[in-house]
Amino acid sequence: MFLGPSLALSAVLFALGVVGVLIQRNAIVVFMCVELMLNAVNLTFVALSQLHGISGQIMVFFVMTVAAAEAAVGLAIILAIFRHTKSVDLTQINLLKG
Amino acid sequence: MTQFVWVAVLLPLLGAIANGWLAFRRPNAKGLVSAIGVGVLLVAFVVAVGVFLEVRHRAEAVTVLLWHWMPVTQRLSIDLAFRVDRLSTVLLLVITGVGGLIHLFSVGYMKSDAGYARYFAYLNLFIACMLILVLGASLPVSFIGWEGVGLCSYLLIGFWFEIDANSDAGKKAFIANRIGDFGVLMAMFLLWTNLGTLDFAEIAQRAPAVIPAGSTLAVGITLLIFLGCTGKSAQIPLFVWLPDAMAGPTPVSALIHAATMVTAGVFLVVRTGVLFALAPVTLEVVALIGALTAFFAATIGLRQYDIKKVLAYSTISQLGYMFLGVGTGAFATGIFHLVTHAFFKALLFLGAGSVIHAMHHAYHHVHAHDDAQDMRNMGGLRAVMPWTFTLMLIATLAIAGVPPFAGFFSKDEILAAAFARGATNPVYLVAWGLGVAAALMTAYYMARLMAMTFLGKFRGGAGAEPHLHEAPWIMTGPLVVLGVLSVIGGAINLPAFLGEGSAEGLDRWLEPVTAPAQALMPALVMPHGGTEVMLLGGAIVVALLGLTLGLRVTMASPIPLPGQAAPEHGLWLLLNRKYYIDELYAAVIIRPVHWLSRRVLWQIIDAFLVDRMAVGGTARIATSLGWLGSRVQNGQIAFYVVMFAAGAVLILRTLLR
Repeated sequence: MFLGPSLALSAVLFALGVVGVLIQRNAIVVFMCVELMLNAVNLTFVALSQLHGISGQIMVFFVMTVAAAEAAVGLAIILAIFRHTKSVDLTQINLLKG
Repeated sequence: MTQFVWVAVLLPLLGAIANGWLAFRRPNAKGLVSAIGVGVLLVAFVVAVGVFLEVRHRAEAVTVLLWHWMPVTQRLSIDLAFRVDRLSTVLLLVITGVGGLIHLFSVGYMKSDAGYARYFAYLNLFIACMLILVLGASLPVSFIGWEGVGLCSYLLIGFWFEIDANSDAGKKAFIANRIGDFGVLMAMFLLWTNLGTLDFAEIAQRAPAVIPAGSTLAVGITLLIFLGCTGKSAQIPLFVWLPDAMAGPTPVSALIHAATMVTAGVFLVVRTGVLFALAPVTLEVVALIGALTAFFAATIGLRQYDIKKVLAYSTISQLGYMFLGVGTGAFATGIFHLVTHAFFKALLFLGAGSVIHAMHHAYHHVHAHDDAQDMRNMGGLRAVMPWTFTLMLIATLAIAGVPPFAGFFSKDEILAAAFARGATNPVYLVAWGLGVAAALMTAYYMARLMAMTFLGKFRGGAGAEPHLHEAPWIMTGPLVVLGVLSVIGGAINLPAFLGEGSAEGLDRWLEPVTAPAQALMPALVMPHGGTEVMLLGGAIVVALLGLTLGLRVTMASPIPLPGQAAPEHGLWLLLNRKYYIDELYAAVIIRPVHWLSRRVLWQIIDAFLVDRMAVGGTARIATSLGWLGSRVQNGQIAFYVVMFAAGAVLILRTLLR
């Protein structure tokens, strides 16, 4: 039921997330794009669970849990960077280079 | 006793270790040091006499196997073994006998030296090495001793190393010897590849069958061995180190640089006599080099003022005689002169040591800093040192070749052998001529030495004169023994015309050793009858003429003090400056080598190629590669993510294919 459209939507969402990560300079937006990619994957899990049983849906819960933890840590890091540099522009944060 | 010959080697070695230990821990225990140093020599001499008594009636050699040294393969197996035959017994007696006397003399001579224990440690080590050299049953074993005596020589020349010139002289000796050692090593390699053995007995056995007589191989091997001999025995062209070696203590000059070590070359030629017999060309070279060395060293000796330098050039000259002797193929005569020379040259050096000792003490008393070895400062010492004078006079007559002293017989036999070979080969006739001329000069410079040192008036200052004194008995004692040997030493090998003597002489006695080589050479018909008497008479005339001339010329005009002499010129200057040989070597060899080392080897090859190119270049390559890699890390997260995404896509592509 709606397997094809669901997978197509998930692919579109994932691609949007990737493009956002690649071209956005604002750390918050990049972060949101990462969340978008995670949720695109969640959608794939849920859609495919009608073929492969309940384990895909269970996996979604794990992903959401990790995403929540990641959001907490990621936002804390961004906050710390902002306090330090008064900016969340990723092009300015380039101390670690060869 | 023969089986226990190793005791004679081991004891001096232990003595060296004990004295070396004492040198560090108890440098002032001089009584103990002397007891060990002289004691081990005494025991070694007793062993040598024991061996001699057994070997006296036994013609064949005995090999004393100690252990298998290098059992590498079935073919290459070198034993640490000693070869006791008549040749090594003669050397054994000379080394322990004369060596023991010189040890005893050293007790008096070095009494007040701070390095007393160190001195005896070196001296004992030298005896051990020298005995290994002459006793070795194969070339590698002898080579241990050969290198060992070189080391001891270096250590003892530079004994008073606080003075730069002395340690330089040590280095010079060591390097000159190294050049010769290269020859011996090469000869060993050649022998090994061609004969498959390095054992003296096996070499003598196999060589005639494997190496064709007169072949390039035979000449090559023997010339390489002879190169080693020119280094060790101070022959042209490597003789330059020996005069400088006089920087060491005088007893060392007597022991190492006159009586024993420098004669090792003669010994080696006799030991490998079969090889030399297979190479007549080399024998001619040996004889000619020997004669030339005898001649040129004697001319230099004519015009030296340092008493030890005169004796040093005299030693080089006499070693030349020995090589002339073995070069004629009459190996026993070379050994004969080696033995008699050990007696009278050790006596001369020890006598000179006694004189220097007296001069040094006298100068020390009056706080003068004049040269205690310069004969121009001496004169008139006969009155204060009658013993030394008498004994040195005996040695002078012996070396000049006045009958019946030892040198007369040995030197004359060499010249007779050269004359005999000269009948068929003009090279030997030239060598004989040079030898006779050298004999004349030998008599001249020895008479000059005696006249300048002992006759006339003392020139070293009136203040120092009352402090001159004869050496203590511990120094004159060994001189007396050597004096007796210098008188009667010739009796071990009397010439044929004196009848009975020669039947039991050294020539005959050494026959078991020299026979294999003699069999390969044309027989040497020694002059006899009228010719022999004429040669002998000529030799006596030459000796007496030289002595008279030397005495007359030296006493004819007053001898100026070192600083006041008119500058020399012409031939005399050339002789006084030793033909500028040292300067020539410096210009032709040493400076180019320095230049090559500094400019090419150091600055171009080491500093530029190795350091800058090879080592620095490797580092630079690593740095540049690292720089290239580091360009990827530009700090832009977006760039990293692009790379990451691209990588992920690539991996997916391969996985999903």
